[in-house]
Amino acid sequence: MQRADAIRAIYPELERSVVVTIMGAVAAELQSIGHRPNFFYLQHAMGLASSVGLGIALARPELSVVVLDGDGSLLMNLGGLTTLARYRPRNLVHVVFDNESLLSLGGFPTATSTGSDLAAIAKGAGVPRTATVRALEEFRSAFLIAQQSGDLTTLVAKVEAVGPAAYVTDLSLLENRYQFARHLKDRLPKE
Amino acid sequence: MPVSVSSSTLVYRGLKEAGVRIVSALPETWLVHLIRMAEDDPEMTLVRLAKEEEGVGISTGAHLAGVKSAMLMQNHGFLAAINGIVSCGQLYRIPLLMLISQRGSFGEKDPWQTEGGGVTEHVLESLRIPFDRLEAPEHVGKRIAKAQTLAYSASRPVALLLCRDLMWEE
Repeated sequence: MQRADAIRAIYPELERSVVVTIMGAVAAELQSIGHRPNFFYLQHAMGLASSVGLGIALARPELSVVVLDGDGSLLMNLGGLTTLARYRPRNLVHVVFDNESLLSLGGFPTATSTGSDLAAIAKGAGVPRTATVRALEEFRSAFLIAQQSGDLTTLVAKVEAVGPAAYVTDLSLLENRYQFARHLKDRLPKE
Repeated sequence: MPVSVSSSTLVYRGLKEAGVRIVSALPETWLVHLIRMAEDDPEMTLVRLAKEEEGVGISTGAHLAGVKSAMLMQNHGFLAAINGIVSCGQLYRIPLLMLISQRGSFGEKDPWQTEGGGVTEHVLESLRIPFDRLEAPEHVGKRIAKAQTLAYSASRPVALLLCRDLMWEE
């Protein structure tokens, strides 16, 4: 399964959600499919995408939050999984694209290439719903079920270590940040 | 434990008056009362962290979602959170309100706290993070309000140092 295809497979479902991605290939591929104002790309601070998602989910329980994480990023914030599980936001789906490498930085293998199992780690941390999927249709259906489950899910999608030709897009970081915050403000429930 | 309940109450009241609704924290002796107050307050969401850097992400998410938050941490926790503060808080212009217990200053008896105490203010200066010290009860409320005002007008992280004379009674 290629990550770009996996993102494309769930893209229609992302329209009504609030999406936080990690930097690098995930951000570039989602933007190449089509940027929307409800997408926030955390272009640095590796590891914190899941924490940003938790902050949004706790602040705004009425929103459906999707975090698009990666193995390298999640490995930098494994403790964050315990925090995520502890507060168990039922409006958050945590997708981890696991290509077993730090692709954007030259493809160096991560610990998932030597057996570390992120879904098992998430389960051990206390995340109530976890799964690892390897095929496109399996991913799409697991994602849809996770969104409908009404509980916190960490979904690890094993993907090939291939990425886009370029990582820098024409969307500036601050433009994205202010547009995203404005979008969330506009979506506040009407009094 | 001679952590000041009355000063902790003042700090907590300052946070409430500043409209803070989410507090992230990692336990540390000087913060015990503040954490308990956040836990007991039905209007506050307390997020207990595994490591302080997570708090930067949580406050960033809360801010983007329109909710005011604060981070409670020891100065060693601040040191552990620096990449998040720089690459998320500063890069994305997030008005982080950080309350940092300034361990390792004059009067410190724990040898393990002393290195962090010596570098915290220098690191804050190097990072160009505006900060002030909370040392006396009478200026706690005002300084929290002013710190948050600057955080929002500058759209940047700011810090308040919870100092020994305020937090510790002996």
